[in-house]
Amino acid sequence: MQDFEPTIIAFVCNWCTYTAADLAGTSRLTYPKNVRLIRVMCTGMVDPQYVIKAFLEGADGVLISGCHPGDCHYINGNYKARRRIKLLKEILPQFGFEPERLRLTWIGASDGIQFAEIMDELVDQVKALGPNQAKLKMVI
Amino acid sequence: MSITGKIEVQDKDILGALGAFFKRVLETDDINAILVPQHLSMKNMVMPTLVTDPEQLNGVDPLAPAFPMNAAKIVSRLTRKQMGSKIAVVLRPCEIRAFVELVKLKQGQMDEVMLIGMDCLGAFQNKDYLQYVDRHGDKSTERFYQDVLDGKQADIEGATLASACMSCENPVPTNADILIGLFGVEIADYLLVQSQSKRGTNLLNQMHMTEIPEPASRQDAITAIVAQRIACRDEMFVRTRAATDSLEKMTAYLANCVNCYNCRVACPVCYCKECVFVTDVFNHDPSQYLRWANRKGVIKMPTDTLFFHLTRLAHMSTACVGCGQCSNACPNGIPVMELFRTISQSTQRAFEYEAGKSIQQEPPLSVFYEDEFPEVVGINS
Ligand code: SF4
Ligand code: SF4
Ligand code: FES
Repeated sequence: MQDFEPTIIAFVCNWCTYTAADLAGTSRLTYPKNVRLIRVMCTGMVDPQYVIKAFLEGADGVLISGCHPGDCHYINGNYKARRRIKLLKEILPQFGFEPERLRLTWIGASDGIQFAEIMDELVDQVKALGPNQAKLKMVI
Repeated sequence: MSITGKIEVQDKDILGALGAFFKRVLETDDINAILVPQHLSMKNMVMPTLVTDPEQLNGVDPLAPAFPMNAAKIVSRLTRKQMGSKIAVVLRPCEIRAFVELVKLKQGQMDEVMLIGMDCLGAFQNKDYLQYVDRHGDKSTERFYQDVLDGKQADIEGATLASACMSCENPVPTNADILIGLFGVEIADYLLVQSQSKRGTNLLNQMHMTEIPEPASRQDAITAIVAQRIACRDEMFVRTRAATDSLEKMTAYLANCVNCYNCRVACPVCYCKECVFVTDVFNHDPSQYLRWANRKGVIKMPTDTLFFHLTRLAHMSTACVGCGQCSNACPNGIPVMELFRTISQSTQRAFEYEAGKSIQQEPPLSVFYEDEFPEVVGINS
């Protein structure tokens, strides 16, 4: 397990968390290459099926990250995202997926440093959980 | 003000009494048509029929242990736009609850329908019903309700009721305009009618029903049957959780699924007009299958089976009414209802929601509040 390198799929909104990631980059901060960013316009467009697909394809962790409450550029997309995460955190653990594999955070456009720190910590957490079972076994 | 009255039964002919009652409903000025399950003359099967001519109500049979489809879908079809007429619809409690969900999703409306809900004795799965009716012919329905009301519902001559019905804790309709009661009622003499809404009261007033008090035995009878159903349901939950609590077990549970999507077609609350699983999104490039196979050396075909079921759970489990039509429709005997009810118990509880219970409460994924679910935010929760 020592050299287990997890894959984390991060759905980040264009206006806040993606901008924060960009800022981290231009500030020459580093964050682990385990995190694969998928830029979406808003967290409100992340259908639960994207998360399910990521897990079934073997992602070890999934992060959804967008603007702080009140800052969503589409007014309330992040509130909708929060309900969907609540929903998925009810469903996925029933099939043995640890709820900690799925995370929701608010990282604002100017939070470059915070972005890098959260990614570091997230990767450590998922490493500790070990590989997603879907990676190893046949999924129908 | 609710009215409680009785439908007289002559010569123990309960279906005849129901037919006569529906005829009177159809003859009131308020109602222009009635949707009611009837025996089809061309086959020994009971199907929903839409009747405008009171003389065409001779095969009325809402007590048959047949549940070929959840008729909420039909009522939704009839009410998705203004019809310009009033119809009465005779439904099982789970059909009413599914219709309530569809109304909240703007796929039907209540203004032009009078909901007549019946105490539900349950039904067989389709294939079991056909056998039952083969064996007992004309007397099937009568035999069935007698047996059930005598307390023999667990096993009626070899066939058991659908598992959905045995574990249904809502055998008495809520949100109906008019209820027809059987539990705790001397059905050889009369059936109970009760209005549950103002328009229901108005209709019963027009019909000049003989008013009676609700029999004292009714609430006890209901409590007893509900307790029995809940025990059965909770056992089913435990069994289903044990059978699906890891990815491996879940995979085994659904291993013989052929992605026919019958379960989704039969589901009254699978509300999308076009399901993403039948679009080109899932018509993958042929080379994609080989790439997938290459990863682990083997994949099961067709692909995306678990993906389909988990997505459906995410999309509609908060609206699942537990009617069991998914299991009824599965060609491969997969206990789909058990899985969906088990998961939906958690998802509905998470949002303090009960599918079909209230017309006012918004469906969980159609609303949100600023301050809620702090426990799902952050990476240390
Ligand atoms: S998932 Fe199955 S039990 Fe639930 S509402 Fe749909 S058909 Fe009925
Ligand atoms: S009806 Fe049965 S075989 Fe068809 S998709 Fe549903 S579970 Fe699979
Ligand atoms: S735009 Fe950032 S969450 Fe909606």
